[in-house]
Amino acid sequence: MGEFEVHRVRFFGLVPAGVRCLACEPRGGRLALARTDGAVEVYNFAANYFQERVIPGNEARSVEALCWAAGDRLFGAGLGGDITEYDLARLCAARSVDGCGGPIWSMAANSTGTQLAIGCEDGSVKLFQVVPGGIQFERNLDRRKGRILCLSWHPSDTHIVAGSIDILRVFDVCSGQTVQRIMVNYHVQKVKRECIVWSIAFLSSGTVVTSDSFGRVQFWDWERGTLLESHTVSTSAVLSLAVSEKEDSIIVGTSTGATYQFQLLPVKMGSLEKRWVRTKPFQHHTHDVRAVAHSSTALISGGLDAQLVIRPLMEKMQKKGYDAALRKFTFPHRRLVSCARKARLLLFQFSQHLELWRLGSTNKTGKDGEVLPLCRMPEHLVQLKSKGPEHIYCSCVSPCGSWVAYSTASRFHLYRVQYEGDSISVKKVPKVPKLLPPAYQLQFSADSGSLFVASARGSVHVLQLLELGGCKLLHTFRPPSGSPEAVYLLAASADGHWVAAVSGDWAIHIYNLKCFKHHCAVPAYSCAVTALAIHPVTNNLVIAYSDQQLFEFSIPEKQYTAWSRMVQNCGLHRVWLERDSPITHITFNPKNPSHILLHDIYMFCVLDKSLPLPDNSALLMNQSTLKQLPENARQRQLHAFKICKKFQPLLFADLLDENCLVMVERPIMDIKTQLPLPIQQKKFGT
Amino acid sequence: MAALCESFTLCGLGPSGGVGLGGGLLALEPGPDPDHVLLTDRGRTATLFKVSDQKPLGCWSVKHGQIITCPVVCNFETHEYIAVHDDKVLRIWKNKDINLDKVFKATLSADVYRIHSLPNGGPVVLFKGGGVRTLDVLLEAPQQEIENIITDEVIKWSEAFMEGQQPVLIFTTEKDGEFFVYVQKLKMNGLHKYKLEQQELSKPLNFTAHIKNQTITLLCLYSNDSVYKFLIPLQQNTEEEEQILSKSLLLNLSVSGSVLKGTSFVVLDKDHIAVLGSLAASGEESKECLTIWNTKFQTLQTSKELPLGTSGQLWCYEEKFFFTHGKVLTVIMYKCETSSLAAAVGKLKDSQAPEVSSFVNWNTLGDEELVVSFQSQQSVALKSESKMTLRSKRTTVAKVQPDTLSVGQLLLNLKDASTTAFEDELRQLMSKAQMPDFQATIGCVITALINRCKTNPKYYPRNFLLQIVQTRDLSYSLCPDLMAVALEKKDVHLLQICLQRFPDIPEEITYACLKVFLSISEAYLQRIDVNLESVICYIDIEFNNKEVKTEIVENGFNAELEQDIWDTNTTKETHLTADGEFCPVGPQKAALLNAVLHSAYSETFLLPHLKNLPAQQAVLFLRYLYYLYVKCSEKINTTLPGICSPTINQVMDWMCLLLDAHFTVMVMLPEAKELLSNLHKFVRAQVRFYSELNKIEGSLRELQRLHHQKDSQTYSIEVLELI
Repeated sequence: MGEFEVHRVRFFGLVPAGVRCLACEPRGGRLALARTDGAVEVYNFAANYFQERVIPGNEARSVEALCWAAGDRLFGAGLGGDITEYDLARLCAARSVDGCGGPIWSMAANSTGTQLAIGCEDGSVKLFQVVPGGIQFERNLDRRKGRILCLSWHPSDTHIVAGSIDILRVFDVCSGQTVQRIMVNYHVQKVKRECIVWSIAFLSSGTVVTSDSFGRVQFWDWERGTLLESHTVSTSAVLSLAVSEKEDSIIVGTSTGATYQFQLLPVKMGSLEKRWVRTKPFQHHTHDVRAVAHSSTALISGGLDAQLVIRPLMEKMQKKGYDAALRKFTFPHRRLVSCARKARLLLFQFSQHLELWRLGSTNKTGKDGEVLPLCRMPEHLVQLKSKGPEHIYCSCVSPCGSWVAYSTASRFHLYRVQYEGDSISVKKVPKVPKLLPPAYQLQFSADSGSLFVASARGSVHVLQLLELGGCKLLHTFRPPSGSPEAVYLLAASADGHWVAAVSGDWAIHIYNLKCFKHHCAVPAYSCAVTALAIHPVTNNLVIAYSDQQLFEFSIPEKQYTAWSRMVQNCGLHRVWLERDSPITHITFNPKNPSHILLHDIYMFCVLDKSLPLPDNSALLMNQSTLKQLPENARQRQLHAFKICKKFQPLLFADLLDENCLVMVERPIMDIKTQLPLPIQQKKFGT
Repeated sequence: MAALCESFTLCGLGPSGGVGLGGGLLALEPGPDPDHVLLTDRGRTATLFKVSDQKPLGCWSVKHGQIITCPVVCNFETHEYIAVHDDKVLRIWKNKDINLDKVFKATLSADVYRIHSLPNGGPVVLFKGGGVRTLDVLLEAPQQEIENIITDEVIKWSEAFMEGQQPVLIFTTEKDGEFFVYVQKLKMNGLHKYKLEQQELSKPLNFTAHIKNQTITLLCLYSNDSVYKFLIPLQQNTEEEEQILSKSLLLNLSVSGSVLKGTSFVVLDKDHIAVLGSLAASGEESKECLTIWNTKFQTLQTSKELPLGTSGQLWCYEEKFFFTHGKVLTVIMYKCETSSLAAAVGKLKDSQAPEVSSFVNWNTLGDEELVVSFQSQQSVALKSESKMTLRSKRTTVAKVQPDTLSVGQLLLNLKDASTTAFEDELRQLMSKAQMPDFQATIGCVITALINRCKTNPKYYPRNFLLQIVQTRDLSYSLCPDLMAVALEKKDVHLLQICLQRFPDIPEEITYACLKVFLSISEAYLQRIDVNLESVICYIDIEFNNKEVKTEIVENGFNAELEQDIWDTNTTKETHLTADGEFCPVGPQKAALLNAVLHSAYSETFLLPHLKNLPAQQAVLFLRYLYYLYVKCSEKINTTLPGICSPTINQVMDWMCLLLDAHFTVMVMLPEAKELLSNLHKFVRAQVRFYSELNKIEGSLRELQRLHHQKDSQTYSIEVLELI
């Protein structure tokens, strides 16, 4: 098929933030996750654990606890002392209420989702009522000294148990009085250290489960105040615990990165007496596991090493499928890199700044696998720092390289970059049109003449960029039937005729830019869109969904193409469908209209539509086999998927010109070196 | 549960247009690719359809005045189409041909009944006189004489299968209300004729057949609204003429008062059949419908009414039914899942496990079986009977033995039968491979055989036992006495197979085998057929290379072993062999020892037995192990070539075990001294060698780390080739 000159870029210094807390939506298929930088993400189990919503963080808003209440409303609380409700349609913090108790360490919703309890620095437990449009302070429970690090409601909502330092207390919700105090330090001999109760759970049987800094998981009878069982699982702290809905399984996370499952099992076959037994140990993390969650079919853990690990429980699995595989997510399911093809620039998006780089070049050619000598080194051109505490939502560089735009929660910025020889000047465009921030996605047109801004309520703004460095709002597209959800993906056609937009409800709308009209909507598909792009020659829209399906939709004809229907008839290869990371970027080769270039974290693929699809008996990743075959024998082995797994983890790949690619990698080892040292553990033989 | 899914029309069949011009269809055959079918009508035309697109891809007609007399089939190997028109004229063409007048033509000397195309076996031509030829043979000499096998009989139906590599053709004929079945194995040129058991007042309407485990299952739809099953074992050792096939009722096509008058039927899987016919309830008008029946539960699973009428023909390919409905050819897809109680109550786990389970249902070994094994232990001496009485006995046995007879009862009946009759009957029993709890049955059969061996010391059905052990997945616990008897009879070949196949041999028996193998003389072994697969690859070379050199040694060696005792000569022998240069035992013995090495064992249980091994044999065994060890070490991957050859770990484990068991004896034994010291030297050299390797590995790892550091630079331009 051909040789590519690959610019292998590893200087994107992204360090994903650690996972701070997790919350499974009760009876729902979603998982909320908060990171140490305050970002909140929502993963959808039904859409193959796709990270469907991201609310970027804010320096002033740390999140220590997340909980779902009143159905699908998501609340967060943190050391700022505020309780924040998140707007999942507009992807921002909707409103905040001051907890009035200093930093908030913990928060829990009752079983019906009508009340929130928070545990504060000053030792108070406060109840808030969840009302339409916000929350209302209800009352304080009995206050004692010592910060409340963890909280749990009894499933009947009559009692709350709160864990503090050296102690745990049980409150009666009606009277607000402390009805039981249990000293957890009592059982440790000759210890002066304080014992921190890191996490707590209240079971319906009246058993309280605690995990503490001594590495113990303990089971207490709250009424008698006695210890039922104690398991020492680690020499260092057990930081988190979560109980399954049926209360027959518990997952705990420790500061050594190990997680353990406890199961309530009969002492012998058929016996009615049951005990908690530590059953499965897992070591998926290298650092603190600060957050765990227990879904109906999986153990979920998140660590300071930024990994989210979903470990399915095989006994709950009916069949081998997507859900039955272990999943690890380290990187976001969206792009943080944009590329100026013509100018050969890369723009990297960090949480609070942008970096603009110019790629190097070579004047040599070589054979497969060779590293070519560089005649110009890559160059770090500009660093743009975002002011204020807000993190960046999205960014983009124009194909010509002379425009850079980004947006935060409250502001939209557009810069004009000018290159004169070796000097670069960056000028802020002064009067940007007043748009309702934030922008969720930015996309320049192919001729760099206009900018598309994805906005709330399904709307897309079209800004015209003027030669002299100004811009004006040309038009705003809205879906004809309206939509409450924000647009999170955009694609513009190369001829400047079409723009496609995907909103949070997964609807894809296509707008005509010539007459500023809604053109059509792509037939609804019950899965999240992870990437889309419009073919420069045929104006076909290629769509990748999170269940790994690929569709091709002809915009002029308003229907799926014959090839797309053929793909759906034949079905994609089993190995392709079982991949666990979504396609995050699609691009094309204008010289080879039958090629579609796409990538996920672990592979880069050129999809050649002119070749037959592989059937399940064929080898999907056949490049290395093909390379060993003689030229004439290859023909029979060829199939449409040309997959290269050399570059990993791949954050971004794009085609610069006909046979020149850029691949942005972020080796895991480079991230590890940025993390604090993990707890040293003695290993046998070292 | 089976279910009918969506249906669609493949093509019209009306006189004004579509396929066949109103004449109806002759047959429907699979096309060259999946999802393609070939339609032949009762006139001049054959059409190729792509089913999912409902679109004709090609259409071929013979000239006016000619008529296609045999359904057009596709040769799957060459992708050619084959047709016969006017009974004798063969036409072969390819996709690109348009005019059938211009394609290959051959005129045959006899009338063709049908052509069957087999996926891997090529087309097979069946003539109306019963003669069968493969197309290749026929094309070599189209005018060759075709024999007439059947006289006055008319072929009603035929089918072809592949059994292993050879095509098998089955066809049924009728003459004066009597029905016959012929089974023709093409490569063997063996023709068997059977007669179908007569049935009062009803006759066969339609046939279908499938093959599994060397047995053809012929299903037949009778005019009394029932489906019967006939089993025809392919491996027939008797050359009798016209055996009568006894039938067993598979399914009665009636459900709650209404009776299905079937016209044609197909088998969907082991539990489901589909029948096309008219359902007539008493007092109501009958209506034509397509039905799916479960033969296991004897129930009607689903049905679909066809108000426009059908031609009574039904075809089924790739989970689709094809039939004419009114004036169109209709396609209905169906789903057929294995029926089980679990599925019925919705508890079926979605698994892709293979359907055949090899679990034994111990409950089927009921009381009779226990009685059998008990009684036969004290059974009386055998009567020897002539061949004549045998045959009569056989038929009587066959008569009193309907399908309902359980295995236990059958074995009881056979207790006093003559040896040959007994074996024949057991063979028959085993040919019913579809029986549930087949393994338990085989266990019973073997037990019965062994019991007979015990009571009659002269009786030992060597080949029959071998055949059972080789073909079936047996285990030691299923037939515990088998190996004991084999040990008694010194049947080393059977022991070898058992050691290779049984997963659960007790250590005591493993040891007994080892002892027998070591003590048996090489001269005796040379006359015996032993599976040499495990040794042939590494021992052969040795013999070829050193034929001249070793000849004398071999002779001396054998003569010496024949005495069964190692005398003082062994010391001299040791000098020659101790360095592991060539094998201390003959290939047969080596193969047997390999079987022992291969079997599973637990050290704790084996060690006490191994201590009882005579010292001379222990030395010989150690010598052989040493030889294997040296052989293994010659190759860089330390594996011996060949199938089932011992691995280095097995050799090492046994060596350690043997030294543990006999250490003191070995030290005392003068002839072992040299061997032990050689072994020590070799092991020491190996240890040194591996410690050197260890060092190299360390340095290489360091290099790897350096390489990695180079790899971690932040920017490079590389060349990537995608093919």
